[in-house]
Amino acid sequence: MRRIAIAVLSTISALVLLFSYHTSTNSQPAAAGPGTARSAGTAGGAASTTSAPPDPTTSSTPAAGSTSSAGSPAAAGTAGTYTGDAVATRWGPVQVEITVQDGKITAAAAIQYPQGNHRDEEINAYAVPMLNQETIQAQSADIDAVSGATITSSGYIESLQSAIDKAQL
Amino acid sequence: MSPAASPAANPAAGGPGSSPVPPGPATPPAPTALPRLGGPARLGEQPRRAFVAQIMGLPMSLHVRGPAARGPEVAEAAEATFAALRADHELFSTYRESSQVSRIRRGDLRLSDAHPRVRRVAALCEQARQRTGGAFSAWLPDATGAPAFDPTGLVKGWAAEQAFTALGRRLARLGPHDALLSAGGDVIVACTRTDTPDWQIGIEDPRDRSRLLLTVPLRRGAIATSGTAARGQHIRDPATGSPPAGLLSATVVSPSLTWADVYATAAYVRGPTAAPWLTTLPNHAAILIHPDGTLHTLP
Repeated sequence: MRRIAIAVLSTISALVLLFSYHTSTNSQPAAAGPGTARSAGTAGGAASTTSAPPDPTTSSTPAAGSTSSAGSPAAAGTAGTYTGDAVATRWGPVQVEITVQDGKITAAAAIQYPQGNHRDEEINAYAVPMLNQETIQAQSADIDAVSGATITSSGYIESLQSAIDKAQL
Repeated sequence: MSPAASPAANPAAGGPGSSPVPPGPATPPAPTALPRLGGPARLGEQPRRAFVAQIMGLPMSLHVRGPAARGPEVAEAAEATFAALRADHELFSTYRESSQVSRIRRGDLRLSDAHPRVRRVAALCEQARQRTGGAFSAWLPDATGAPAFDPTGLVKGWAAEQAFTALGRRLARLGPHDALLSAGGDVIVACTRTDTPDWQIGIEDPRDRSRLLLTVPLRRGAIATSGTAARGQHIRDPATGSPPAGLLSATVVSPSLTWADVYATAAYVRGPTAAPWLTTLPNHAAILIHPDGTLHTLP
């Protein structure tokens, strides 16, 4: 249980860091797609139910702290900004600041990174695939490519990839 | 569009076959080429076009997104991408008697005399063997059981990555464009636009190929999956010569398609010991699918 909690926690740090990466490199205001902010840690059922970031009451979500909208480009209206405690990860301490609106994270920034490495590398060290199992059936039309065991030329015509390609030829 | 990575992260770059190239005029140098997951919701629709070719016995699907996507320059760039892949097929195919790899296998050609790209791949294969603790090897038993040079397991991802990198340079001249290349299910993407949604990569269910288990949003980097679903059992454990057991499939998200491919193969071969090994790889993520259908995501 403790392991799962830690996994979820580091996943959240990961997501938050990833989102902050976007905010720091894109000229667009931070749009930390709440729709994709579903993540899971370990095995199948149990972990996939942890809809991590949107719930600020989860123990593993950064605790509510000082509120300020500075540095939160997407903050608007009733948005609250929360600064989490520094969390020890296997990469080093991470402290994050998130902006929550309607129970969803709309912006995030890491204010403390593991030391000794370039920031981008650290952010990307948390490159956790974001699982989106709940929406996959409904959104399969939005898939751009399929990764699976290698498909051969002969198998291509029946593949999902072929259907995706056809729509764009 | 600059998939070129730091030397440590992407040994495929900077080989004898490639030259260091400055970023295109419209492409700010990317800080790193590490995978970038997640991101903004759909913001606007850009013109888009797919190109498909059958090369190396694999379907190659190339998607380009951006203002020139449906124009002649992008069509030319796509053709050049496929031409580069066909050229590598000529060098590396074990099915073509005349390929350099076939000649090496027959003993007609020494590796040291081979084309620089072949030597480059041989060096990468050795690096892959070391990095995977022997789970990946380019020396596999031939029909007689004797070990023979077969870099096929690395060539596909490497060649696709090389061609994709060159494509990125061509596209950069046309302004910001996004691109995606799938080489038979191993996928590399790059985005230089900021107004586009992430590429959504579906990971197929190895038990039912018509289903997807999950999606991975990706703006830069690569995803490769190794498993048995498509071609039956074609992977052998270099240590035992037997087909591996223990996982239905292994998917690796990496800054580099070459290494995504190698690590996915190695993880699949390792089976039960894949997970602890994968966690030792910096900047990589993985999804393991167990025989009972459970998903294990790392880190």
